[in-house]
Amino acid sequence: MDLTTNYLGLKLKNPLMPGASPLVDDINVVRALEDAGASAIVMHSLFEEQITQEQVSEFAHTEGPAESYAEATSYFPAMTDYSLGPERYLRQIERIKQATDLPVIGSLNGVSPGGWSHYAKYIEQAGADALEINVYYVATDPREPGTEVEARTLNILRDVKEAVKIPVAVKLSPFFSSPAHFAMQLDEAGAAGVVLFNRFYQPDIDIEELEARPHLELSRSPELRLRLRWAAILHGNLKGDIAVSGGVHTMEDVVKSIMAGASGVQLVSALLRKGPSHIGYLLAQLRHWMEEHEYESVEQMRGSMSLRKCPDSSAFERANYLKVLQLWKLDAHRKQGWPTEAEPRV
Amino acid sequence: MLDANEAVASVSYRLNEFCAIYPITPSSPMAEFADEWSAAGRRNIWGAVPSVLEMQSEGGAAGALHGALQAGSLCSSFTASQGLLLMIPNMYKIAGELTPFCLHVTARAVATHALSIFGDHSDVMACRQTGFAMLGAGSVQESHDFAAIAQAATLETRVPFLQFFDGFRTSHEVSKIEILDDDTLRDLIREDCVAAHRDRALTPDRPMIRGTAQNPDAFFQAREACNRYYDEATARIRAVMDRFAELTGRRYRPFDYEGDPEAERVIIIMGSGAEAAGETSEWLNQKGEKTGVLKVRLYRPFSAEDFLAVLPESVRSIAVLDRTKEPGALGEPMFLDVSTALREAAQSGGRPELNDVRVIGGRYGLGSKEFNPAMVKAVYDELAKETPKRRFTVGVNDDVTGMSLDVDESFDLEIPGVKQAVFFGLGSDGTVGANKNSIKIIGEETDNFAQGYFVYDSKKAGAMTVSHLRFGPEPIRSTYLIRQADFVACHRFELLETVDVLGHAAPGATLLLNSPCPPEEVWDKLAKDLQETIIEKGLKVYAIEATKVARECGMPGRINTIMQTCYFAISGILEKDEAIRQIKNAIDKTYGKRGQSVVDRNFRAVDSALANMVKLEIPRGASATRGLPPIVDPAAPDFVQRVTAMMLAGKGDLLPVSAFPVDGTWPTDTARWEKRNIAEEVPVWESDICIQCNKCAVVCPHAAIRPKVFKPEAMDGAPDSFKSVKFRSRELEGFLYALQVAPEDCTGCNLCVEVCPAKDKSNPSRKAINMSPRIPLLETERANYSFFLDIPDPDRSMLKDDVKTTQFMRPLFEYSGACAGCGETPYVKLLTQLFGDRLLIANATGCSSIYGGNLPTTPYTVDACGRGPAWSNSLFEDNAEFGLGMRAGIEQTRVYAELLLRKFAPVVGDDLVEAVIACQTGDEAAVQEQRKRVEVLRSKLKGVDGPEAKTLTQIADYLVPKSVWIVGGDGWAYDIGFGGLDHVIASGRNVNILVLDTEVYSNTGGQQSKATPLGAVAKFSMAGKAVPKKDLALMASTYGSVYVARIAMGAKDNHAVKAFVEAESYPGPSLIIAYSHCVAHGYNMAMGLEQQKKAVACGYWPLFRYDPRRADAGENPMKLDSAAPKSSLSEFTANETRFHMLERINPERAALLQKMAADSVRERFALYEKMAAANPTTDKPASDANS
Repeated sequence: MDLTTNYLGLKLKNPLMPGASPLVDDINVVRALEDAGASAIVMHSLFEEQITQEQVSEFAHTEGPAESYAEATSYFPAMTDYSLGPERYLRQIERIKQATDLPVIGSLNGVSPGGWSHYAKYIEQAGADALEINVYYVATDPREPGTEVEARTLNILRDVKEAVKIPVAVKLSPFFSSPAHFAMQLDEAGAAGVVLFNRFYQPDIDIEELEARPHLELSRSPELRLRLRWAAILHGNLKGDIAVSGGVHTMEDVVKSIMAGASGVQLVSALLRKGPSHIGYLLAQLRHWMEEHEYESVEQMRGSMSLRKCPDSSAFERANYLKVLQLWKLDAHRKQGWPTEAEPRV
Repeated sequence: MLDANEAVASVSYRLNEFCAIYPITPSSPMAEFADEWSAAGRRNIWGAVPSVLEMQSEGGAAGALHGALQAGSLCSSFTASQGLLLMIPNMYKIAGELTPFCLHVTARAVATHALSIFGDHSDVMACRQTGFAMLGAGSVQESHDFAAIAQAATLETRVPFLQFFDGFRTSHEVSKIEILDDDTLRDLIREDCVAAHRDRALTPDRPMIRGTAQNPDAFFQAREACNRYYDEATARIRAVMDRFAELTGRRYRPFDYEGDPEAERVIIIMGSGAEAAGETSEWLNQKGEKTGVLKVRLYRPFSAEDFLAVLPESVRSIAVLDRTKEPGALGEPMFLDVSTALREAAQSGGRPELNDVRVIGGRYGLGSKEFNPAMVKAVYDELAKETPKRRFTVGVNDDVTGMSLDVDESFDLEIPGVKQAVFFGLGSDGTVGANKNSIKIIGEETDNFAQGYFVYDSKKAGAMTVSHLRFGPEPIRSTYLIRQADFVACHRFELLETVDVLGHAAPGATLLLNSPCPPEEVWDKLAKDLQETIIEKGLKVYAIEATKVARECGMPGRINTIMQTCYFAISGILEKDEAIRQIKNAIDKTYGKRGQSVVDRNFRAVDSALANMVKLEIPRGASATRGLPPIVDPAAPDFVQRVTAMMLAGKGDLLPVSAFPVDGTWPTDTARWEKRNIAEEVPVWESDICIQCNKCAVVCPHAAIRPKVFKPEAMDGAPDSFKSVKFRSRELEGFLYALQVAPEDCTGCNLCVEVCPAKDKSNPSRKAINMSPRIPLLETERANYSFFLDIPDPDRSMLKDDVKTTQFMRPLFEYSGACAGCGETPYVKLLTQLFGDRLLIANATGCSSIYGGNLPTTPYTVDACGRGPAWSNSLFEDNAEFGLGMRAGIEQTRVYAELLLRKFAPVVGDDLVEAVIACQTGDEAAVQEQRKRVEVLRSKLKGVDGPEAKTLTQIADYLVPKSVWIVGGDGWAYDIGFGGLDHVIASGRNVNILVLDTEVYSNTGGQQSKATPLGAVAKFSMAGKAVPKKDLALMASTYGSVYVARIAMGAKDNHAVKAFVEAESYPGPSLIIAYSHCVAHGYNMAMGLEQQKKAVACGYWPLFRYDPRRADAGENPMKLDSAAPKSSLSEFTANETRFHMLERINPERAALLQKMAADSVRERFALYEKMAAANPTTDKPASDANS
């Protein structure tokens, strides 16, 4: 049984890897992931904005009250080996490289023009084998056209490509008017892969306090479908690889992702719920399923259900609302005790 | 370039092994340096890393040092003032046991009529009798050198040393010095003496005993047995000084003379004043006078032989200047020493000519009073007189006893080549930090010698700083402030109108202004007087909109590097590009570790500075018509006009002795005359959204937002802009409600806006109060506030135990100097609202004594009847006892009043007597009733003659219950004052204790206390505190007779109010521990209340009330008032620098401590729950049930 896959120029023993998440903060968890069979480690994102914010606010909070009053010219001890830069993140890459034999894929979310290439270089120097650039951007400015959003991302990719030698993937949000075209442009600009998709923190509204509260719920399998559709559409159109991230929970999800065209399958919520060993469980199941269905390799099934090859491509092509809604057996859900408020509005 | 604190610590640290300390201004930085170096693993000259231990008081530190010395260790410590006094008992022991030890002291005033954190010799002079040798330095270099000499000498003589230098003037002066390297120190210290010290150690391997008790047969002789060591000490010290000279080229003697070898007039002086005196003498001698200065280095043992050896034979008259005061003595200590030395030499020392030398003695420089060349010259002038004053003071105008010398204020030295610059800035704008960098650049990157000295404000919010920088080709010896600068910068435009900035500019000097408007408009913003001064003095004026530039560079409020760049550009000290390179280097050095983005923003500020600076064309004549505004309102009382206003204007030095109270008693109610106008933005009330909860008022640290209820007729004459709405109350139907901001007193902290729960339903970003720029609102809101204050206060009988009604009571604590967003002052203010008219406060030294009692103004005020809190501060360590004494004193007076009252029963009536005596304690209504009875009593006594009636009339107010509150911070309650606090709560007496718990020593800059929580980083716990916070509340509750409450206003304000009311009503001791957020926690203070909420929600700060009265009623006295932890500890700690700092340094240890802290929080909450759940009737022990 050949589970190997090529992803971002890396020869991986299988397609399963933890996606960008805080799982990598604990070296013991990283070791457990390796033991469970993860084929690579994707770091959580280094957020440039967060680093800047931390530095500036720490500066304001410690320097602001200092040198104001004769008895207290400072309020904190002068720390010699104190660092508010990306060192902790970079050190963790180094530690993971030392502690495991796995390739490490760095992840970066920059904000400033120089910041992207700057931090990308640091991540490369720390030993990352590849880099995922996480263009976590919500286009809130109604005056900003989509072309500009796309152009900015392309420029970031070009800058980062220029700064580092390691392969660079782009983690996308699904909010592009023509995701396939945009992915093609990224591909042409040298992206070694695209990761589908980022899951944004979605604000919730507190109706008592009249406040919007950021909220991130763990994913569920149905969320995978959006990824499946776009992986299936993109497969065969890109020189680079496709990874699926968001909604992979079961062995079936893994199989579907590969069939849609993914070379890499990233898991976060499933691992957070069930622990690092879940990867091992999925891999065992995958092997079993492939044996049962007489697949020889992952390569064999990759893209088999893509838009180009799938028997009924219209399922991917059209958003046939009414048809889908007709499939929704409301009564069935009622029987399960679902509240009527859950009725989707048309 | 470094200050004396660092210079001394660097020597002491390298020459010792153990350091026991306790923070006290101005010595704290020495201990902090030692602790930082120890944490960083820096080694002493023997290759070991010295250890530093913070103790609970200086008394404790001295004990620990004594013990470590006995164990054979090399020890040192750092202290000053009250701290030094607490060490005295152990100093006698250490000296009596001939133990080598060196104590480094930043000489500071001892509190007498008032506390002073500033420099003089009254503390070290109080140690003359301990047997310590005393070696005094006058400059940063000397302090550095003497630290080494003292350490070598103590080892060789076995006489312990007190090495001292002047607090602030030397300890905080940044100066260019030559540093002693490790090899020099190794060559200086005799290893055989170190070995001998170790040989004398107490050890069971060679057992012996010290600290015996001796009887009359032995004590005296044994005390005399050490004499030889003192007799030989000076020669040995001299030898060390000679060896030091060989090693370094810097020669010192026990006494050094400088000046004309044929001098007729000589000043004898010790400390930094000797530098000013020497500089002046040199200047005078160049003009043909014959003067000199004899500097006393080694004051104890006082060697007459060495003294006489350097005193010129030509001397005709001597002035001995003492920086201390010994009331009632014939003269100050050094004067007496000199007089004795001369007298003996004349009589029996073969120097009969000395009989003809006239010696006069004077005091100078108490509490860091300036001592400058004009004053030195006044002393020389006095010495030249036929009949000089035998005792005098210099530096003040003593118009009461006429002791002071006349000083020609216009006299100043012009020292060739020396450039002088003065910068007026704000603490928060970073001026001092940038100037420290500037002077370092000049001192280290050019051939110049340089000096920086920094003067701070007595306020903590919106504080002004003044930086004095000098540089020149020769070493700078000017140990006094700059009066005539070549360069004056004003970093906050408003300061031009409140302090005499331009007065510091020499004719033709350069003036750099941070302009609030485009530079071309700034001339028209200047008042007429300022324009005239600029023209008269021919000042060259540059202006830059630095605040705007800083904002554009992403550094709002931090204008320091912008102004620094302008200074370098204008002054031309360095070539422009080189200057910019050096400034950027300094920025990188200072902030590099803290992150590139901070460095980048500062760089951007540097780069933007020059392009935005403009040189102004100065017209020939003044064009403004507006004069400078008065410092205080003309309506202020006479004392405020005469005294306070002068101090506010920075001209307190000019006030004569007669202006001051003779005994330290000052009027309260003066903060309201100081209109500081420091907020950029102030809150604005939206009356349509407001729900009248008064939460904004209860949390306001400065009493700058206030609600009032009143009858509609009170609106007569209201300004059009004055807002009021119908009061939401069934009880007070028809009343109006107003919420008013004091625009000139608000500090703009934002706490009120953050706490406001009322939001506009259609636009929730708009609350019932929102911040808005102050300037456009100033005129109308000032008028509104004035009108608001004149509306009569509501009847206090409406007061209930809730937040809302307490806020209608006038706060009798207002506009203090506390930090913007202070977490302590809302509690103090609430205390005055509840009991202010009958309140005595005993206040421990610390933040609360500084914002409560640091002149020029006082925030405690009075109600409409003229009653209000009476406040005093005794010491740091004795506050609980001090308050207990107040209670005892009040009770005794009441006992006497009752005695007299009963005697007058036939006159005033038995009913009145009984009713008065029955009212021993009581709530608001009872107190009001009692006041009425006392009025009746007074009126009935009016017609009665005789001394007893007079006495009863005098003390009748003591029949009205008084509320005694003992207030202080955690440093006092948990550490230095804990023994006393424990005793006081065990006394059963009716006192109330309020602990404002910021979990560090806030006032001295964030040192750890036993209240510091597990996992927090603070000074002296740089690796994160590894033991949990002491649970003082729980400990107190174990007495079973103490009312105890743990409160957090931000989490549950009504709970806090209830606790205050219950504590006051409890007839025994009460203890309230109040969580107080603080700038030392490292986050935006606007979020202080939010953090308090989080602290309670995660179980970090459980709320409870333990009321022994409940036990009397058969209930459980313990009531847990906060719910079981709902969130994780990290949700609270993640927001505060003190907690997350450790993650950046040592993530593994941070994780470990976080886990320990979370466990500890959980365990403590479980314990509280258990205590609160116990049922006193069913859970009684069996033995109890049987009895």
